[in-house]
Amino acid sequence: MSAVILTWSIVGAQIFLTLAMGCAVYRLLYGPRAQDRVLGLDTFYVNAMLLLLTFGIRSGTMVYFEAALVIAVLGFVGTVALAKFLMRGEIIE
Amino acid sequence: MTGPAELPLWAALLTAALVVGGAGLTLIGSIGLLRLGTFYERVHAPTLGTTFGTGGVLLASMLYFSVTQSRPILHEILIAVFVTMTTPVTLMLLARAALYRDRTEGNDQVPARDRPADAPDLPSV
Repeated sequence: MSAVILTWSIVGAQIFLTLAMGCAVYRLLYGPRAQDRVLGLDTFYVNAMLLLLTFGIRSGTMVYFEAALVIAVLGFVGTVALAKFLMRGEIIE
Repeated sequence: MTGPAELPLWAALLTAALVVGGAGLTLIGSIGLLRLGTFYERVHAPTLGTTFGTGGVLLASMLYFSVTQSRPILHEILIAVFVTMTTPVTLMLLARAALYRDRTEGNDQVPARDRPADAPDLPSV
C-alpha cells in the first residue's frame, strides 16, 4: 500500500516537473528578449534539480542528491554570469 | 535500510503529499513564467518553485530517507539554504540588468533614472 502511494505520487510529481521544464524551455527558446531567456534558463535549472530529487526518492539512493547540489551551485553561477553580461557586456572586468 | 514497501502508511502519505504539492507549486510558477505579460511580471513567478516547490520536495526527501534508514538524514538542508540564499541575488541582478537595458534603449515603460523636478524631497536619514 505504501509503495503504491509513493510510486504513483512520485510519477505524478515527475510529470508536473517535466511540464514545468517544458514551460521554461519555451521561455528559453522564444522568450522575446535576452533577459527572458536567462530567466527561463534559471527556472529550467531549478526544475531539473527538483526532478533529480524525485528520482532520488524513487530509487532510494543518495547519488541523485549530490547531482542536485551540483546543479543548484552551477545554476547560481551561470545565472549571475549571464546577468552580469547583460548589464555590462563582459563578465570579469 | 528498508525499501518503500516497509514504509509506514503515515510516512508514505506525508511524503506523497509533500512531493506532489511541491511539484504542483513549481508547475504553477512555471506556467506563470509562460503566461504573464511583461518581463517584470514574469520575474516573480518562478520564485514559487524556488521557495515552496523546493521546500516541499526537500522535506519529502528528508522524511523518506529518515524513515527508511531509521536515522535523521538532514543533508537536504544544504540545498534549501543554498537556494534560499542565491535566488534573491540572481533575480535582483537580472532585474537590474533588464532595467538598465530598458533605460538604455529609451523604453518609456520603465521608471526613469532621473527624478522628476516636482517630485517630493527624499526623507533625510
